[in-house]
Amino acid sequence: MTVTVLLFASYAEALGATSLQLDVASNATVAEVLSSLRRFPGAERLPPSPLVAVNEQYASGDRALEPGDEVAVIPPVAGG
Amino acid sequence: MRSAIVDHVIDAAGLVAEVGTSKNGATLLFLGTVRDINDGRPVTGIEYSAYRSMAEREMAAIVGEACERFGTSDVVVEHRLGVLTLGEASVGIAVAHERRAQAYEASRFIIEELKKRVPIWKLEHYVDGTREWVGAGEGSAGGVIDTDANR
Repeated sequence: MTVTVLLFASYAEALGATSLQLDVASNATVAEVLSSLRRFPGAERLPPSPLVAVNEQYASGDRALEPGDEVAVIPPVAGG
Repeated sequence: MRSAIVDHVIDAAGLVAEVGTSKNGATLLFLGTVRDINDGRPVTGIEYSAYRSMAEREMAAIVGEACERFGTSDVVVEHRLGVLTLGEASVGIAVAHERRAQAYEASRFIIEELKKRVPIWKLEHYVDGTREWVGAGEGSAGGVIDTDANR
């Protein structure tokens, strides 16, 4: 299945993209998507377990995904 | 109650007017502004960016939690994106309550939660021409946010 991975701020700069389409096994977890992401150049600059949101809600690594889910990899937030 | 991500100058007086009613005895305005020095480095401005749709959702959730927890519905929050110069307001929080203690607590709660949860980032511009993402060197923030809070 395909999931959309969104990248922001320092992570977008590291991978040179703000959005990627990744092919992953059906019902892949957030952690598995992050593993797939590691293959991209620049991904070595991401921390070992970055914060992730699925469909705009924070999610843990064991969260199982569905086709079309939007997986956002969230750098340390710095609003205010 | 209202919250918004905006691209324009924050109208502080407008926020105060929005929450003011005669039943309230306390009205507080908090403005977060761009400071000239951060960690000893002279700053010329800050560029704010966001995961906009999620930031709007998280800000609305925080405002809802604050209203429920502190007993008011007179809260308005705006966070600005884009390039801001020194002294400009990046965030404005207006809270009104019958009593000042709860107004202070609600205002503090909102800014602290916003800084923890809302997906907004700062790219600081320094006098020497360099730029840096604030907080990017801190590695994983995975322990900071309670993912259960959103379920």
